[in-house]
Amino acid sequence: MIIAEQKPVNEILKNIPENSRLLIVGCDTCVTVCLAGGEKEVAVLSSVISMSDKKMKSIEGTSIERQCDKEFLSEIKDRVSECDIILSMACGVGVQMMSDYYNGKIVLPALNTLFMGSNEETGYWLERCLGCGDCSLDITGGICPKTRCSKGLMNGPCGGSEGGKCEVDPENLDCGWNLIYNRLKELNRLDTMAAIQPPRDWSKSHDGGPRRIIREDLLL
Amino acid sequence: MKTEKKSRMQRLFEKGEFVVTAELGPPKSLDFSVLDRKIDLLSGVVDAVNLTDNQTAIARISSIAAGLYVMKAGLEPVIQMACRDRNRLAIQADLLGACLHGITNVLCLTGDHQCMGNHPGAKHVFDIDSIQLIQIVKNMRDKGVFQNGDEIRNSKKSDLFPPYFFIGGAANPFAEPFEWRVSRLEKKIEAGIDFIQTQCIYDMDRFGQWMKEVVDRGLHKKAKIMAGITPIKSLGMARYMRDNVAGVTVPDSVIQRMEKVENVKEEGIKFAVEQIRQFREMEGIAGVHIMAIEWEDAVKGMVESSGLLPRPKVS
Ligand code: SF4
Ligand code: SF4
Repeated sequence: MIIAEQKPVNEILKNIPENSRLLIVGCDTCVTVCLAGGEKEVAVLSSVISMSDKKMKSIEGTSIERQCDKEFLSEIKDRVSECDIILSMACGVGVQMMSDYYNGKIVLPALNTLFMGSNEETGYWLERCLGCGDCSLDITGGICPKTRCSKGLMNGPCGGSEGGKCEVDPENLDCGWNLIYNRLKELNRLDTMAAIQPPRDWSKSHDGGPRRIIREDLLL
Repeated sequence: MKTEKKSRMQRLFEKGEFVVTAELGPPKSLDFSVLDRKIDLLSGVVDAVNLTDNQTAIARISSIAAGLYVMKAGLEPVIQMACRDRNRLAIQADLLGACLHGITNVLCLTGDHQCMGNHPGAKHVFDIDSIQLIQIVKNMRDKGVFQNGDEIRNSKKSDLFPPYFFIGGAANPFAEPFEWRVSRLEKKIEAGIDFIQTQCIYDMDRFGQWMKEVVDRGLHKKAKIMAGITPIKSLGMARYMRDNVAGVTVPDSVIQRMEKVENVKEEGIKFAVEQIRQFREMEGIAGVHIMAIEWEDAVKGMVESSGLLPRPKVS
């Protein structure tokens, strides 16, 4: 899922003009699960803003199923018509979809969208995939080298791996390649680690314009 | 077209000499007086010097430019090439440029993460990793092709004009997973290295274990192995290396030895000389690489006491 966290309140407030009619919109999907932009967070942010120095004409709050889907955006038409500013608590995709859909309104982001990842334990989220477009989990025992290794190396651990930790943060960060090594060893597949992986084809990754998928079979 | 021009270092190895190299960090500014001093200290003492490439992610004069400078002063350069700051286009361009100027010793490295240096907000590249880099350099040399497979020639009608390189890599026998470290060396050899320089060694037992496996697998016959040495200058430094430098192990016995003496510098050099003497006896070791960080004045004494002076000549 997509993991995000709330921007500092001062940064959010900075861009909202005084005396606006504000509509804060949460999203019920990823950001609800990662406790950054669901219904609960909308309520909390509403009261934080109402208690701040910045005076608003009105503050309304709501949340919809998925901001990244047009289908659900239409549900809040009436409420949008009565506001000046939409403060979206969705991920970057949701904010953009909201902006596109209600293109006459100023839509501001309340979150910083960080990564695609997992909830490891309460209060701890971890990046798991960069969306590289060329998945290599088959040769790395189901652990992503591009994400979990700080340098995105493809041919095994660098010289900075010590005690299972990465040179980037030897206290807290696991060395991705150490994890991969242990997993492959367990699976009796260390031979895949011995094979030289050729340079990556970055054209499959984000390297020029948004990537698109066009499925002729599904186009109307 | 044949551009093969073997470096002095390569020819010494081929003659079976025990090769001595040293690390030389390019300065951060155009004030080269420091470098001039280091060149004086190392001339005639070592066979070649490594010019580091934005070492520990700190911006400095480039390894190739500094390599040219030391070459003019009569020292043979080994230029380091890290994957952190350049993509495959820039790397291949720089390598051709180095070769154009007669620099052929290239040490291929992954590179420290930028968070270790003074531009932590920089974007790293890591388009390729050190093993892929080694393979690219080898293919440029042996097959005369760029990474994309294009031949290295100016046009279809002109001659193939491959550059020539003596290809090096680094190995860290002390990083983890320990059991994987020899396999990693093997992978680098398979990719195409001619020589390796190891991380600095303090733990002789663990290094001996690693080296035994290297010899058992016959890897010392496929690449020249140079043992890395950093003489201990102070107790603080030894402890710092033990506690803070990823991939360096300093055993307690070494720390205790330094704690016992009054003059740590002297003892540090003594220990380094003992190590060099042991390396000379160890099967599979073809040379030493001395990284006397900001302590280049110590190198001559170390090499001399190890019985390695004068350095051999090659025709
Ligand atoms: S290899 Fe690519 S697609 Fe697969 S998990 Fe890693 S980043 Fe995601
Ligand atoms: S220590 Fe491990 S995770 Fe960190 S950069 Fe090196 S290989 Fe990657």
